[in-house]
Amino acid sequence: MDSAVSDSTTYLDSAEMTLLKIVVTGAFGVGKTTMINALSETAPLHTEEVMTEAGADVDNLVGVRDKATTTVAIDFGRRTLPGDLVLYLFGTPGQKRFKPLWEDIARGALGAVVLVDTRRLDASFDVIDMIEEQGLTYAIAVNSFPDAPHYPPEVLRDHLDLEPHTPLVICDARQTTSSVDVLIELVTHLLSQPALDAS
Amino acid sequence: MTPAPRRRLVPSFLATDSVQPTRNTLDRLTLLSSTGMATTDDLTHVKQRLIELLQGGPLALAEVAARLVLPVSLVRALVAELVDSSHLSARAPIPEARVHDPQLLEAVLHGLRSIR
Repeated sequence: MDSAVSDSTTYLDSAEMTLLKIVVTGAFGVGKTTMINALSETAPLHTEEVMTEAGADVDNLVGVRDKATTTVAIDFGRRTLPGDLVLYLFGTPGQKRFKPLWEDIARGALGAVVLVDTRRLDASFDVIDMIEEQGLTYAIAVNSFPDAPHYPPEVLRDHLDLEPHTPLVICDARQTTSSVDVLIELVTHLLSQPALDAS
Repeated sequence: MTPAPRRRLVPSFLATDSVQPTRNTLDRLTLLSSTGMATTDDLTHVKQRLIELLQGGPLALAEVAARLVLPVSLVRALVAELVDSSHLSARAPIPEARVHDPQLLEAVLHGLRSIR
């Protein structure tokens, strides 16, 4: 790609845009980055996040003297929508040890997409716990890997212990249309929520 | 504040002049733009790069961090100083309470349907 072209497409259309955020989360290797890339108008982006270990679960302190911080890469992307809206999609790691970072990124988000792999359903429990603790509204997106087992939605709902109103969508995170459909499902669900008190 | 040397032989993560960010309202989605004020040699190299990047157009803070390959925490501190020195202007993202605004959500839904 011509670098001058990619440079000119990187910037926002104006400084008057409304920037919004949706978190794409899930267990390691579940397709977060794939979905973000499918939805983004920009080349894949990532930030380095310096995370202090304070408050994180440390299994073993032997030999980790002086290890105060760790660096994590956070993938994100951007999609401009009509109406001067810009939607940012942040891929947040689902493991509990990233909780402080997770909370910092999720603050002010419209909601979250939780990507699930039916071969490793249990790996999604930590993420769902964290989202519920944060009070973030979410939709479950089952990424249909070709060799993954197919379960009826009610079995998945039961196993993931979902509320009856929580959306559950089967998707292909590689496909833009399929990934947009997941976001539509999430925003439709957000609109159906009773008005929240400013508490 | 003493003037910085022409070229600093310190890593970028030591490039801020203060230990604490001078403001704590900077979010990953804070919209940053150049005020048009030119860079000067008394600014650190990394601050000059940051200003030059934004002279091309507005970006979210997270995008600035990604483009400059710098940690978000450092960019927050640098941006705070550059807003104080009038090199940059920063617009905070919408307040958390407005995130549930049905009108806003309808607009997002409409936008998503149009790109489908």
